[in-house]
Amino acid sequence: MAQSKGRNKILSRLIFKLAPILVLFLSWQLLAVLLNSAALPTPGRAFLTFFQEIPAGLWKHFLVSSWRVLASIFISLLGGVALGLWLGAEERFDRFFAPLIYLTYPVPKIVFLPVVMVFLGLGDLSKIFLITLVVFFQDLVTTRDAARNVSQAMILSVVSLGAGKLDIYRHVIWPAIIPDVFTALRIGSGTAIAVLFFAESFASSEGLGYYLMDAWSRNAYQEMFAGIMAMGLLGYLLYVGLDMLDKKICPWKGL
Amino acid sequence: MARAGAAVDVDRLSFFYAHNGNRVEALREVSFSLASGSISAVIGPSGCGKSTLLYILAGLLPPSGGKVLINGERPLPGRRATSLILQDYGLLPWKTVWDNVVLGLVVRRLPPGEIRATGERVLQEMGLGELRKRYPAELSGGQRQRVAIARALATKPDLLLMDEPFSSLDALTREALQDTLQKILQAGGLTVLLVTHNIEEAAYLGRRVIVFTPHPGCVYKIFENPRACSPGYRKTAEFFRLCTELRGALELGRGAGEPG
Repeated sequence: MAQSKGRNKILSRLIFKLAPILVLFLSWQLLAVLLNSAALPTPGRAFLTFFQEIPAGLWKHFLVSSWRVLASIFISLLGGVALGLWLGAEERFDRFFAPLIYLTYPVPKIVFLPVVMVFLGLGDLSKIFLITLVVFFQDLVTTRDAARNVSQAMILSVVSLGAGKLDIYRHVIWPAIIPDVFTALRIGSGTAIAVLFFAESFASSEGLGYYLMDAWSRNAYQEMFAGIMAMGLLGYLLYVGLDMLDKKICPWKGL
Repeated sequence: MARAGAAVDVDRLSFFYAHNGNRVEALREVSFSLASGSISAVIGPSGCGKSTLLYILAGLLPPSGGKVLINGERPLPGRRATSLILQDYGLLPWKTVWDNVVLGLVVRRLPPGEIRATGERVLQEMGLGELRKRYPAELSGGQRQRVAIARALATKPDLLLMDEPFSSLDALTREALQDTLQKILQAGGLTVLLVTHNIEEAAYLGRRVIVFTPHPGCVYKIFENPRACSPGYRKTAEFFRLCTELRGALELGRGAGEPG
């Protein structure tokens, strides 16, 4: 009895998770049938091409793009969080740097791609640099704002226990901002994949952006959709990974 | 040899702070003393500078005028023998009960063996042994307050400062914790100053009850209360008489504190 109840619970949870994906594919199928155009293949055909393309070379483009995105997220995380933490906790430095951040944050960094390519070449470095530049500011501003909002009463209570400045960072400010850092990472992951597509679509010979543009230029729509699915998969894996890390690192959240 | 609680002398203490470009007077010429090993209460309306007074005693804010001496010395930030419990307990939500309790010992870089032994002792004393792995969000208000007291006691203070310690608790939990505090005091070695706006709490716990006026906070009257914390005191006529006198003093003090 209890076993079947548990099984039902798992089943309903699975249905609840799969339902939105099912709705998406049904809508896609319906639209593809209605439009009846080669430019919009049915999900079935796109999936078939996706699985045919993986061993044919799509896996290589997927790995190259994954490496570029992960490296960018990691570097921007280190730089953005460290600087954001410092500026959020040290008001006088924040006052000095804030105008610079507000001036540079809204500038669309992707316009610098040609300049970046001139100085850093056409390989991984220029792409990683450009994605890092975009995601860095998101991490920086989110972390700085989160560090600014850490309760002063909480800090004082720990100072009263004899904590020094480093202890305050370690025991109060850093753990307080981790949930916001995860939010910044989730937003940054989406941004990183969007910038990746742009960066890989110019003067590239590998990566999902290149694969997509190449398929597009050949009017190979099924391959194009296979590329889009690979990008979706990359984003999905990033989000799932972040969710797992979030649960592991912040078990107190949502209690 | 058993350690004695801290003796505290506050002499013509003033405190000003800047607000929207204006200089605001929070405390004016506050003077009182606390005997070693005693428990005293400061009572006054909200915003009368009670919490500011605690922050100054804890060495977290420098006085603008006058002086504060704890065992003859000016308090410094993080004075090792002063513990402060804030109104919302000041517990860190990302640390378990155990990690919160031993935090003061960890930041003082005590040896792991000593941290473990002290943490275990304090947890048992406060009846928190079974809650050690829980997070503050998983505790009731009374349990959180116990954790805050345990954390404060773990550092073996001689002066315990409490800011509205029981304000958000229901009446029965509040009384149970007041009795716990009384037992801790009986063990000796501790001077306690609590600030509250609860008349019954001040009358039950404070051997000396210091009534503050509002804006700026200054001492309106000091009541001596030798029967404080004694068993059954809450149900005596003397207790109710003191409560009435405190209420009267607060009302008169409110008039005295208002700018002319």
